[in-house]
Amino acid sequence: MTQFTTAADTVSVAITGSGGAGAITAGSLLLEAAGRAGWYGLMTRTVGPQIRGGEAAALVRLSRSPVAGHGDRFDVLIALDWRNVERFVAEIPLGPQSVALACEEAGEVPERIAASGALSLTAPFTKLAEDIRGARPNIIALGTAAALVGLPEQAMIETVAATLTDKGVSLDDTAQAIRAGFDIGLQLAGTHGAVAALKLPEDARANPSAERWMITGNQAAGLGALRGGIRFAALYPITPATDMLEWIAPRFNAVGGVLCQAEDEIAAVNMAIGASYGGVPSLTATSGPGLALKLESIGLSVAAEVPLVIFNVMRGGPSTGIPTKSEQTDLNVALYGLHGEAPHVVVAPLSVDDCIFTTQWAVHLAESLQTATFVLSDQFLGQAKAVIESPTEAHFATVRLKPTEPKAGVYKRYALTASGVSPMSVPGMPGGQYTADGLEHNERGTPSSQANDHHAQLDKRNNKLETFAYGDAWAEIDGDADAEIGLITWGSTTAPVREAMARARANGQKIRLVALRLLSPARPVQLAEALKGIKRLMVVEQSHSGQFLGYLRAHYDLPAPAHSLRHPGPLAIRPAEVCDVLSSWS
Amino acid sequence: MDGMTPELKLEPKHYKSDVNPIWCPGCGHYGVQAAINRAFAELQLDPAKVVVVSGIGCSSRIPAYTTCYGFHGLHGRALPLAIGLKLARPDLTVLVAGGDGDGFSIGGNHFLHACRRNVDLTYVVMDNEVYGMTKGQPSPTTGPDWDSDLQPGGTGISAFRPLGVALQSGANFLARGFSGDLNGLTKLIVQGIKHPGFSFVHALSPCITFRPEEREWKNLTHSAGTDATSDFNEASRRLAEDDGLTTGPVYIGHRKPYAPSVAPLVDTKTDLSAIVAEFRI
Repeated sequence: MTQFTTAADTVSVAITGSGGAGAITAGSLLLEAAGRAGWYGLMTRTVGPQIRGGEAAALVRLSRSPVAGHGDRFDVLIALDWRNVERFVAEIPLGPQSVALACEEAGEVPERIAASGALSLTAPFTKLAEDIRGARPNIIALGTAAALVGLPEQAMIETVAATLTDKGVSLDDTAQAIRAGFDIGLQLAGTHGAVAALKLPEDARANPSAERWMITGNQAAGLGALRGGIRFAALYPITPATDMLEWIAPRFNAVGGVLCQAEDEIAAVNMAIGASYGGVPSLTATSGPGLALKLESIGLSVAAEVPLVIFNVMRGGPSTGIPTKSEQTDLNVALYGLHGEAPHVVVAPLSVDDCIFTTQWAVHLAESLQTATFVLSDQFLGQAKAVIESPTEAHFATVRLKPTEPKAGVYKRYALTASGVSPMSVPGMPGGQYTADGLEHNERGTPSSQANDHHAQLDKRNNKLETFAYGDAWAEIDGDADAEIGLITWGSTTAPVREAMARARANGQKIRLVALRLLSPARPVQLAEALKGIKRLMVVEQSHSGQFLGYLRAHYDLPAPAHSLRHPGPLAIRPAEVCDVLSSWS
Repeated sequence: MDGMTPELKLEPKHYKSDVNPIWCPGCGHYGVQAAINRAFAELQLDPAKVVVVSGIGCSSRIPAYTTCYGFHGLHGRALPLAIGLKLARPDLTVLVAGGDGDGFSIGGNHFLHACRRNVDLTYVVMDNEVYGMTKGQPSPTTGPDWDSDLQPGGTGISAFRPLGVALQSGANFLARGFSGDLNGLTKLIVQGIKHPGFSFVHALSPCITFRPEEREWKNLTHSAGTDATSDFNEASRRLAEDDGLTTGPVYIGHRKPYAPSVAPLVDTKTDLSAIVAEFRI
């Protein structure tokens, strides 16, 4: 299991600027250089709704050992300018130990930044950039950031050069720009203790030569889908899900696969159902508003028992909501949105790297169980770029059950079997002809409104999900076997909860964490076992109404009253919020 | 149709299943069903390699009445489902069937884009200018003055013109048939299946229960007496002058069907090592 770091081992850098200032580019290059230098880290971005020219912030956290989420606050904020920073300053918490370093020309420090108590400094990024050919203020600032966190100057130069030489900037000029910024960083560290403290300390556990990947959550999910066998995908473009299939599209050309950009969300899901009926494992990707449009069709996949993966990247809702920012609020619609009684699978990845495993598992479940399987990722996971340990590849024996030599007039597509899964013929197979139908049907697939057929098929569709062997993957369980304090969470909030648990355990508290990967069907027996001995319980989620808490109460007998720690997006759940509650329980 | 041997000559009856249609006696859809079965027989299609896809409505019940593979999907969504199937399985013959409400109202957007996309399918719409399954509401092809319980005195909305819309949307094979003209309709469906790309057959099919006046179509429909044109402007002119009851082929274009360059490979053992290598730093 991945060991996550505590705050002391990490450094968090926010780089902000108005559109075109290059804050995101700088953040991305900082992460990449850290990866090349043998560190780990992740970067998320917070942007406004503008396509070009809006404000943007790159939120980077670096460490010498793997890190899955953000910390409590940012150690340093580098402002290329202060324009519009108030729009997301709440998402960049600073404290009295933090440093706010702004470009000299940026003007007066905004009130909320000053109020944080952060040490306010300036640097001549723009002025220096004017004197170096091809240099821009963001690259000078990047050099400074590298110096502040303790990244080797050469690693930073090489990473930037690899990107900028494509854009016609020479290696010498790049090196000069980085060095100019680097010198500012060293100078500031020499004169201010708070700046010197930003440097990431050596870590005996670090293994700089270990193989590392740099990957986003949506790319990771794409890889999981390919590994699972997805070879058809259809979508209607929607933020923040599109880039998952933008990653897959060219790779389908390499491995054999078809991607179709549909005329609307409903067409996309029906295309995937049609392709899957034809025998090709299929997926559609979307986000909240698109998911709402697809629901009737997902019910068809359940009723007609056609395997289907719905990859949903959650964003702020309801309605159009906050398309560019994260929230865990499509849980209810994924669990309960289908009309009638339509048992289906809902899984959620717990980290950027887990997007690989969970999506691959989702394909396995959809194909094995011949039903709809939702993957609930979110904007944080999907668009976070992370430097991770090279992940171990999962292997599933994924088989869509097929009949052997079916006989026309005898073959029953919806035969009542012990497992509830019936052999599914594929067009082209002689004697296997049947009509897939959203109408209730008998075992042959002929429409039927009779009570006995309805009841038998309801039982069948439910039993196949209930009796399936999901194994250990249903949840990640971590912490102390003799704990009396339990933490339950899911999805992207797993990272801050895990970090909080590590801190509290370091202080001597005994704690156990259960992070649910399988949300439907519920696993009440397994959760009861996982929570044995727990006397105090905290449920953590990023929602306003407590959807996850409501779900737990509806489907599980919790061993203790649950304390709900929650708030909606776009503010992240911070480890300190969990720690505050835990310390009041010690 | 198990154990079909190549030397066995397939007849229309071999495409008819043992499921009894829900249609009213005298419904035009029996004629369309017969024409589809005759067309399959004429082309000697293996029923195991044909998929009949439909949406919801009286006519959309047709997949279960054939011995082919079938998918009775959602109201209005037959076309995208069929497109996904055909893109995934270009080896299959895919025929989409449905009604006017299914195809032109709730499924209208898909109709436009199916015409545009030009995937190799044949789409037979059984148009009776009424919602029959829900018992007699006006459909998009119903005239503005038709009186009904839901729209007393008529909708006041002029009727949708499927062939004109299809032409403007880029469809490459357009024809109109009549359920009472079995030979004519069969011929059009055969042509449609053989034509590469999206083929649209507008099949007038009376609903004698809710639109008894449509019994008169057998006297009112008339053959255009012309071959299909491949000239877009000529086709536009013909459709502008169309009285809605003219049968025969209208337009056959030469646009290439949409087909992906790479067919999906159902092989989960594909080597992904080159893709994985992209992530290493």
